[in-house]
Amino acid sequence: MSDWLHALSWPLLLGGAFFFVAGTVGLLRFPDVYARLHAVTKADTLGLGLVVLGLCLRADAWQPVLMMLLIWVLVMASGATACQLLARYAREDEQEAGADQPPGTRERRPPV
Amino acid sequence: MVADGLFDGALGVLLLTLATAVLHARQLYTSVVLLIAFGLLLALTWARLGAPDLALAEAAIGAGLTGALLLSALARCGEAPPGPSRAPPLRVLPATLLALLVGIVLLRALWPLAEGPVLLPALALGQLPAAGVDHPVTAVLLNYRAWDTLLELVVLMLALLGVRQLHSAKQVIPPPWPLLLAWTRMLAPLALLVGGYVLWRGAFAPGGAFQAGALLAAGAVILRLNHLLPPVRWDNGLVRLLVVLGLGVFLAVGVVGLVGPGLGFGPVGTAWLAYPPALAGPLILTIEAAATLSIATTLTLLVVGEPEELRA
Repeated sequence: MSDWLHALSWPLLLGGAFFFVAGTVGLLRFPDVYARLHAVTKADTLGLGLVVLGLCLRADAWQPVLMMLLIWVLVMASGATACQLLARYAREDEQEAGADQPPGTRERRPPV
Repeated sequence: MVADGLFDGALGVLLLTLATAVLHARQLYTSVVLLIAFGLLLALTWARLGAPDLALAEAAIGAGLTGALLLSALARCGEAPPGPSRAPPLRVLPATLLALLVGIVLLRALWPLAEGPVLLPALALGQLPAAGVDHPVTAVLLNYRAWDTLLELVVLMLALLGVRQLHSAKQVIPPPWPLLLAWTRMLAPLALLVGGYVLWRGAFAPGGAFQAGALLAAGAVILRLNHLLPPVRWDNGLVRLLVVLGLGVFLAVGVVGLVGPGLGFGPVGTAWLAYPPALAGPLILTIEAAATLSIATTLTLLVVGEPEELRA
């Protein structure tokens, strides 16, 4: 039973790692703020979710499982809020700079 | 083993890279954001070194509240004017020499720890039954070395008094966005809950007044930034009471211990900040609870406190 669960956790953990790496690459390579936010929030939500699910399958008791799920929910909610805030801030910034241009065509910001 | 070494090595390299980047970033805003990332990685490093107390304090105060303080200072002052990106060589040389000297002094202080027998943990653990708490770090902070912690609270209050003298610029808080408002309404009670838990946990596991105070202050700051809390002013009596509460309780315990035996209050203390074993637990919890409230109020005032009007 536990061997079976252990084996099942591998694809979940690897999937989580994949989303984290993909999110990081997106953060570094994508052209504008919105695309970068799109990439990096996938690491926060889906990536962390898969890692948490994988670790839940390996837990010995139900308390750590509950704690990890709670952490996931908290990170997801704060990540979604932070993403909205950053996107809104970028949008207001763009509207102040030049409202005529559609988003994304303005000069690219240097990567932070 | 190899994976651990790789992880720790990467952590060390990242810390050094971030520290350099903080110093040489073009914009102050970038520096502050990088410093917050540096603080979080430093917390991770303390956790790897087996010091969860320091990790908690670094994450809550070093990364969280210092970051918030710097960001709010930046919001009040604005970006610095663009200057020369590199310091002139005349300034680099003394700075390098000073860094070298400090490095040598630190190494000389640290070297005996790696070489000789380590006596302090055994001493701290040996007296634990009489300390009133089960967590050695809390015993050191609130019992064996309570005098140091008392002075730390004095330093925090002096910092607040110093900032009050500066007559800081008015902080304009923009109207909150609905989503942030909704999330704050959930997050602030959670900060209160976790803060209380961290304070309570300090008696037997990593945690304590400073971490709990930082968490409470974080809750108060986000409430204030969303206009859910009225302006925090120094001329509010409750605010002033909360700021001095921790120091007051701490001093009262010390003074009662000092003069108590002569006045018939023998059981409360036997000397300056020396608690009797039977009462040590409740005394420490009382001091910590008061200190948590003081730390939380002081930090909140430092980040979102209202500047006072100058009276003519």
